[in-house]
Amino acid sequence: MSGALLSVRDLRTSIGTQEILRGFNLEVHRGETLVLLGKSGGGKSVFLRHLIGLMKPDAGEILFEGRDIVPLTERQLEPVRRKIGMLFQDGALFDSMTVAENVSFPLQERGERNPAVIKAKVTESLDLVNMGGHDKKMPVNLSGGMRKRVALARAIISTPQVVLYDEPTAGLDPIVSDSINRLIRRLQSQLHVTSIVVTHDMTSCFHIADRVALLNEGKCYFLGTPAELRAENDPVVRDFVDGRSQGDES
Amino acid sequence: MFDPGKNALSAFCIYLGQVGLLAWETLCSIAAGRIRWRLVLRQIAMIGYGSQLVVVVTGAFTGAVFTAQAYFQFASLNMETAVGPVVTLAMFRELGPVLTGLMVAGRVGAAMSAEIGTMKVTQQLDALRALAVHPVDYLVVPRALAMFISMPLLVVECVGCGVLAAYFVAVRVLDVEAAYFVANMVKFTEASDIAMALIKGFFFAGVIVFISCREGLYAREGAVGVGRATTESVVTCSLAILIANFFLTMFLNILFPAGAR
Repeated sequence: MSGALLSVRDLRTSIGTQEILRGFNLEVHRGETLVLLGKSGGGKSVFLRHLIGLMKPDAGEILFEGRDIVPLTERQLEPVRRKIGMLFQDGALFDSMTVAENVSFPLQERGERNPAVIKAKVTESLDLVNMGGHDKKMPVNLSGGMRKRVALARAIISTPQVVLYDEPTAGLDPIVSDSINRLIRRLQSQLHVTSIVVTHDMTSCFHIADRVALLNEGKCYFLGTPAELRAENDPVVRDFVDGRSQGDES
Repeated sequence: MFDPGKNALSAFCIYLGQVGLLAWETLCSIAAGRIRWRLVLRQIAMIGYGSQLVVVVTGAFTGAVFTAQAYFQFASLNMETAVGPVVTLAMFRELGPVLTGLMVAGRVGAAMSAEIGTMKVTQQLDALRALAVHPVDYLVVPRALAMFISMPLLVVECVGCGVLAAYFVAVRVLDVEAAYFVANMVKFTEASDIAMALIKGFFFAGVIVFISCREGLYAREGAVGVGRATTESVVTCSLAILIANFFLTMFLNILFPAGAR
């Protein structure tokens, strides 16, 4: 790990009258896996969407490789987005395309026209997520876990520097969740990607995180290693780590 | 204080701005060469080939019924042979473009709104953007080009079917003299009438594609939102075609005066 690849400074955003992020600060280092924890509806996914320019903040800076991406237009964001892959919560696969067409989509859009190269890369990416042999299926015929793995194959096929994961294990059984967690670790070790994972799954968090951030009340409430998170005595952090609702004394 | 009139006016202005901006972005993308020809061809097949039945049936039966009505009126004045030019001019100048526009708005415009709207509410549009693909380039440009190519051809097909049906009904069913029917039709129909049909078809293509795509791109609130977007797309396109047709007729009549023959 070396240097901050992504720096978020005093990020503020509102949806309607509700203030979601209230001065959020965070630095993500090159090559690390950072897990962002927080309550449901607390603004984790909103934060992730800001990192790839899908939402614009009311105020603040998002520096990617030292350049503020907030003022960039949709067209100016395209080179930045080519360096970032995103796994959406429900996969967001293109439902009119087969698995292979979904996975090859980023390559074709970046000008790759050689069918042999495309096929080889699609096979490689699908094998990496243990989805080899499913290339002709339509997304509607896949389970939730399979859709997420295909979406991950699509996100990594063009070897991005950063992969953003929005609730990668939400709604999955423990075995599939574990396979996704192993996959995230494998991608980090094999492709050396920087990963930002939004989740409230503590098992997943301790499995994959190099560092953990806790988003609370629109701000970064805690930032540290998984070991520091376990040792933390702050009641808000403990409630979250131990899965206790406020006022629960048992 | 809430002012419903002012509110509706500002909503209308915002709507017009969104449609206008979408049209401008699309034209800029086309000018910049960001065209995916494979998708354009697929859309031409869907819009052009897929609309054959509705356009042929609409054109043929409109021509047929208009011929019958015109004949019933003109027969009392011994002007049966005027049916040919009346029907042909009406088909070229008004009925062909407007009916084709309404049919295509119902069939293709609704499909566009539903497809893009579903992509919007299932985050597929966000996925496109995250993959550095501009939704206008990928979704709107191919549909716009396909519409601009297909609509004038569909209008001509609709008019052609209407005129053929008119000939059949007038000559074969109502015993109008074929030679007079054709001679009068050719005498009173000019290239400017055909140009008017093509221009209107081209203009209505823009109305349908930009309104339908705008409805899809701004769809919200899941399945209900997609349903609403689809309905509003058809209603708005139909109203816009009927209103725009009046102004287009007035404007094009200056360029191609109807009585100047």
